[in-house]
Amino acid sequence: MNTTDLQTPLKRARGLGSAKDGTHHFVVQRITALALVPLALWVIWLALALVRADYARAHTIVHQPCAAVLLTAFVIATFWHAQLGLQVVIEDYVNSRWLEVTAQLAVKFFCAVGALASVLAIVRIALG
Amino acid sequence: MPTARPLSPHLQIYRWQLTMVLSIIHRATGVALAAGTVLLIALLLALAAGPDAYQTVRAFCSSWLGMLMLFGWSWALCFHLCNGIRHLAWDTGWGFEIPRAYLTGWTVVGASLVMTALIWACVFAQGGAA
Repeated sequence: MNTTDLQTPLKRARGLGSAKDGTHHFVVQRITALALVPLALWVIWLALALVRADYARAHTIVHQPCAAVLLTAFVIATFWHAQLGLQVVIEDYVNSRWLEVTAQLAVKFFCAVGALASVLAIVRIALG
Repeated sequence: MPTARPLSPHLQIYRWQLTMVLSIIHRATGVALAAGTVLLIALLLALAAGPDAYQTVRAFCSSWLGMLMLFGWSWALCFHLCNGIRHLAWDTGWGFEIPRAYLTGWTVVGASLVMTALIWACVFAQGGAA
């Protein structure tokens, strides 16, 4: 550590590194990953239950409060996790600054709209 | 950005190994699954919209293109899920030894294939996705 640096080690740790957000991205990626382990397994089970289901049956299944809540959790965790992952892929592989900014914004908007549309659809099914 | 400075060696330099292949596949399946959320959105919106819209999405899912996409996504999900658990184990500091990294790597490959097979066995046991 530079002895002329007047920042305390804590300040340095809170200085959040070159990305300016410290370990926040890393931590949220892990939290959403952890949440998605059981949620993804449950969604596979749900998808298998929907294989032979007609509209009325599928609606009844997703209409159940427990299913609606878990599906909402899955959708939010999925789009959040996807945004964090795609962000890193773009950071790593897109060299042109303008293209990178455009791609980052496009991913954020897609994930936000995707999550909102999915949640509103689930709410409509749950209340309908 | 052109530069005279040496670059670190990239993929064409290294010998292909299981660990790097799984790392690449983890990213690729992540991107593929993100693209696959379009179908998830479509399915939920259709189920919210009504029987006609839902029937359209179901018809697409049971077409050969839809089945192919669902098959690819099911394996991508199984792989990303299994390898994601491997990553979470690494985050706790467990499994970095080379033999263990290979053992867990092959376990992930096997588990993802078995899971995918089980999913589609369940689908076809119900008489297919029609």
